Amino acid sequence: MIKFSKQQLKIPQMSKPVYLVTGGMSKFDRAIPEKRTEELVIDAFLEAAEFIKKSPEELKEYIHSCYYGHFADHFGDQLLGEAVIHDRLGLDPLGNVGIKTGGATGGSTIWEAYKAVASGYSDTALAMGWERMDEVPTDEGNHYIASAADKDWETPLGHIYTGYYAVMAQKYWQVFGKEEESFRRTLAEIAVKNKGYARMNPHAQSPMNITVEDVLNSPTVAHPLRALDCCLMSVGASCVILADEKTAYEMTDNPLLLYTSAGSHTLRVADRRDMDIPLLPNESPDQYKDLGLRFPGGDRYPGFTGFLAARMAAYYAYGMAGIVDPTEDLDLVELHDAFTISDIQTYEDIGIRPYGEGRTYVESGDCYHTNPFTGQPGKLPANLSGGLIGCMHAVGATGIMQVIEVAQHIWGRWSEMHADEAKWKRFNREKPDDWTDLQVKGAKRGMAISHAGVGSHVTATVLVHPDHQLKGRG
Amino acid sequence: MSTQNRGTVKVENGRYRVSGNFHYAFPNDPIRDENGKLLGITNPADMTHIHAYGGEAPFFENLSNAKLLGTKCANPKCETYGSVYIPYRIHCPDCLMRNEEVDLTDLARKGASVHTFMITERTGAFNTLEKPIRFVNVEFEGVSTILMGYLSVGEPSIGMKVVPIFQTKNPTFTIMDLSWVPAGTSADELPEGFSL
Ligand SMILES: [Zn+2]
Repeated sequence: MIKFSKQQLKIPQMSKPVYLVTGGMSKFDRAIPEKRTEELVIDAFLEAAEFIKKSPEELKEYIHSCYYGHFADHFGDQLLGEAVIHDRLGLDPLGNVGIKTGGATGGSTIWEAYKAVASGYSDTALAMGWERMDEVPTDEGNHYIASAADKDWETPLGHIYTGYYAVMAQKYWQVFGKEEESFRRTLAEIAVKNKGYARMNPHAQSPMNITVEDVLNSPTVAHPLRALDCCLMSVGASCVILADEKTAYEMTDNPLLLYTSAGSHTLRVADRRDMDIPLLPNESPDQYKDLGLRFPGGDRYPGFTGFLAARMAAYYAYGMAGIVDPTEDLDLVELHDAFTISDIQTYEDIGIRPYGEGRTYVESGDCYHTNPFTGQPGKLPANLSGGLIGCMHAVGATGIMQVIEVAQHIWGRWSEMHADEAKWKRFNREKPDDWTDLQVKGAKRGMAISHAGVGSHVTATVLVHPDHQLKGRG
Repeated sequence: MSTQNRGTVKVENGRYRVSGNFHYAFPNDPIRDENGKLLGITNPADMTHIHAYGGEAPFFENLSNAKLLGTKCANPKCETYGSVYIPYRIHCPDCLMRNEEVDLTDLARKGASVHTFMITERTGAFNTLEKPIRFVNVEFEGVSTILMGYLSVGEPSIGMKVVPIFQTKNPTFTIMDLSWVPAGTSADELPEGFSL
């Protein structure tokens, strides 16, 4: 649809508030030959139990239903893998369901668990996600990922997903980036930032101390995208526990309010019809009237440059949590940086910057933990985990990892979970000598965006400390 | 282990009739570390799927006849009545009525241009296109969608006028039977098997 009814624009009204109680994750890596998927899932669960000082048995006593995010059955070569995981976690005969929405699988899994608790079906629910992308060589992995494009109309063209993003990168670069070398460098800065933050994260698969030149000189994958512009292929698991208010405060003294919403758009970018830009609370109806004048060719929305699914997810989530301006109202975000270009596109879709001006979020220094130009805290730090470029993209686990990372900042426990020498050792990784504490001081609210395909599914999960709720929430 | 007599399929009386082999079994191999410790096994698999084009079949059939078919909503009561679609949509996304087929070949020859593009040397497994691949996303005057394809001659740029070419000799009956070349390209510049 390209016009919306009043019913479709309703801000979701949940029957009761839902809280994030705890979360945990495994090590992430390109290949983990020494562990089965079940072992990684148990690693994630054990970390979640330990985080709130509970034994696994104690934590399991609260769980009433389970939501399992695993995107690609063909990667794992195991249909109904949810039943294997559920059994190995010792959670039979509780109800469980598998959820798969491509790259947004992790976010969608939380969305399902959230609704289960909000509706009263369960007082406590487990959302667990995993992916095993090491069962095939990289070129076959690329073919599998490209199978998430249209099998008749797109996949036969190269069997390479990066290509389907590169056409968006090309369009965005020419229209909004005005083909400037400076814009290409800004894209590269995102990779430098995220690879760099990954160095402080023991879970992260691809920590790198690199420069813009390194990104620009890395092998071309699909012009203008280069290898260091692209997300990782990963193995690993992550989970969160959601509960209603009463149960959450029984389990821990510091649960966080959680709101999750979802949007969608066509699998093929080809099918996206020209339409009016739906507005977020911090935008005005007039502000995009001259978009095509300021950026010739930029007046076709969403075209190849916007993600309507992300915009819709943000619209619902902002209404639910009372967010007016994400840059003012949030303290940090984890975005789905599948590619440096899609990261910039998303800044605009979710209203961190107006359409056409995404680059300024990076160029102002706002997206950093510490603004490199002022030395002051960044206004809205993004992807301190390292994101999909630096930490991992174990598809079903990604959206859940992002939520855990945001939560640890609001809990003020980011350093505890990332500095621990024992964890670095257990993951067989060397903690860098210049390890830096990336805790966002005084973080009260944050958001994670989980994104599939070329924008087919997007979820937004907002976390709010209960003492710092916003007025005007839905 | 050979993969001879690969499977083929016909439909008779509305049912699939298959002949030949649709899968080939290969033995597993152990995966060990440098100390000889067993870590896993390889699981070879070679399978052929049977895929129905359904209502999109006319599109794929007609590429080999040098025709580019799209569809349009023919329901006057629909809010988006008259909208033209390529990729070929069987049903209107708004009213869900069955769309009417429209021949877009002439429109594509006169009014198609590159909306965006990309060039790649890297492909996934099973790619059969010659590298580097030049993707072009083609927009048409009066059409509400943008079609993905590949350019067979020259270098792409945004706004460039292009015309379709079709694999009329030895067609594959896939989207790869459709390619694009800059407007004004002569027939002798086309890849083997393609015609304007
Ligand atoms: Zn219609």
